[in-house]
Amino acid sequence: MLGLEKKDFRLLLIVIGLTAFAPFLLNPFPEGSDLAQFNAGYPDLMQRFVIFGIFAIGFNILFGLTGYLSFGHAAFLGAGSYGAVWMFKLLSMNVLPAIAISVVIAGLFSLLIGYISLRRSGIYFSILTLAFAQMSFALAYSVLTPITGGETGLQLALSDPRIFGAAQTATGNIPVPALFGLEMRSSFEWNVGAWLFTFNAGYYLAAVFMIIAFYISIRIFRSPFGMMLRAIKSNQTRMSYTGLNARPYTLAAFVISGMYAGLAGGLMASMDPLAGAERMQWTASGEVVLMTILGGAGTLIGPVLGAGMIKYFENIFSKINETILHGWFAFLPDGLEDVVVAMIYPFIGKGWHLTLGIMFMLVVIFLPGGLVQGGQKIAALFSRKKAEETKPNATEPAE
Amino acid sequence: MGLLEVKGINKRFGGLQALGDVNLSIKENTTHAIIGPNGAGKSTLLNVLVGKLIPDSGSVMFDGQSVLGRAPHEINQMGISRVFQTPEIFSDLSVFENVMIPCFAKRDGAFRMHAIESIFAEKGIQQQAESILDDVNMLEKRDMLASSLSRGDKRRLEMAMCLVQDPKLLLLDEPTAGMARADTQNTIALLKEIREKRGITMAIIEHDMNVVFSLAERITVLAQGTPLVEDTPDNIKGHPKVREAYLGETQV
Repeated sequence: MLGLEKKDFRLLLIVIGLTAFAPFLLNPFPEGSDLAQFNAGYPDLMQRFVIFGIFAIGFNILFGLTGYLSFGHAAFLGAGSYGAVWMFKLLSMNVLPAIAISVVIAGLFSLLIGYISLRRSGIYFSILTLAFAQMSFALAYSVLTPITGGETGLQLALSDPRIFGAAQTATGNIPVPALFGLEMRSSFEWNVGAWLFTFNAGYYLAAVFMIIAFYISIRIFRSPFGMMLRAIKSNQTRMSYTGLNARPYTLAAFVISGMYAGLAGGLMASMDPLAGAERMQWTASGEVVLMTILGGAGTLIGPVLGAGMIKYFENIFSKINETILHGWFAFLPDGLEDVVVAMIYPFIGKGWHLTLGIMFMLVVIFLPGGLVQGGQKIAALFSRKKAEETKPNATEPAE
Repeated sequence: MGLLEVKGINKRFGGLQALGDVNLSIKENTTHAIIGPNGAGKSTLLNVLVGKLIPDSGSVMFDGQSVLGRAPHEINQMGISRVFQTPEIFSDLSVFENVMIPCFAKRDGAFRMHAIESIFAEKGIQQQAESILDDVNMLEKRDMLASSLSRGDKRRLEMAMCLVQDPKLLLLDEPTAGMARADTQNTIALLKEIREKRGITMAIIEHDMNVVFSLAERITVLAQGTPLVEDTPDNIKGHPKVREAYLGETQV
């Protein structure tokens, strides 16, 4: 189906199903209950799940297939964001041209940086991309202030031309990004008993883009081009003595992943029309590396899982504070309660990075293939159990 | 005029003259062995031929075209394939993928962006890959990971990857180095078969005299970066200069 093998098509269907029903799946706990704070089904976070999913899927095409570890992909995401906001300022608040231009700008930008960085491989390539990204960040932060808004970031203003749309709404406000009138921030809320499910227009737009992005990535993985990229990772010497030029292949992978980053940046700006230099900073580049490795580099679904995991931790774990902890352990005797809370406290709230770091270390040490490998191990365990259970039955007639 | 004409190659590494005025002519449709004691410059010469090293002076003509200054992948596309001392294969890929890649390289050249079509739709390439695996008796191992193959199988796979490109010249760098006796005999048989069936010109660098004398039709002896003699195996065996060069190393 759709040019995919059966297994890949099933995976695509699963991803479509999960994204379509995410507002239900991410809100399993009723409103007002103690566990409601673990609900992730609110628009802002769901948008982030799919947007960073796109970012990580693209990064995986470069890192997972070719093994070239870029530490500068946030620069393309940032460039895409700036491009999208400029479209909102100059053209109209329609998100489609904004997203299109963000992909184009990130593509051109990554062509330039990739062309230079790919002269080297291994650690030198990583350092070059890191240097370029930090350079871009510094430029966006200071020198290019007329284009990027500098420290305050690029924001919309009432005085923007918006030649194909209204410069301001009837009430004199700045208009919001929309898809032919459908505002990205508009949501449909559905109350079912104690549960509240939110269906957000922006989330579903981003989800559609992620599914397309995921589909393209499957096609690339299964194409001769994808095989060449894996060959580059495996043995560059044999690659060149087989008459293949690794450079254009890696450059193509670099540009494709840069365009994915640009798409993510454009979508980010479409959800919230502002762009800041901090999106280009190296910590943002490092985050997508973490996502990809945590989920499973070189696997199809891994990066999406990794992105979801990290964004969930960032938004949910960081919200747990000391008072909530005391609430949880209130049943313990007073002295013991304080001890337990003091022990757990460093790992929550602002300390969520610590939890994430420990988890990352555990994954890298015990599951080098990421969460996907963990899933496979569990699946293998179950299928073995099943096989053992059926064995005695099979030998019964002989007795 | 040979298929490969090497004229007056010089190469220095600092104070060391690795190659000094090397002339070599490899005729079409022969197996040409290059032998010599350690440090004679055999590997340096090979690296010049495949574009990994650029000599200080001299010329290398292959099939009427100059090889010097071209990148390894360009030289391969001209028709020179190389088998390495330790097999260079795509370890993380399956055996079948390993042979598909040179099929693509042969058909599409050094680069082609075919990112959307599926590998499974490339029936012609699949057939080609299957038939070469059949030729080297590895068809039943097609789905194995290349890294899990035995040393001998890795060598055969590498050979298959070179052969599927139908090269004009096959360069072999110590193809039996570190192999068990049985594997060595198998490799000799495989090379003989390739030579007879496909008529591919071969240049072999080898230490093992048993291998050299069972395969070579012409032999060049290198010593200290310069060719001593070039002759038929029979004449080389009794040549006094060769004995001198090898004195204390191997009984020729």
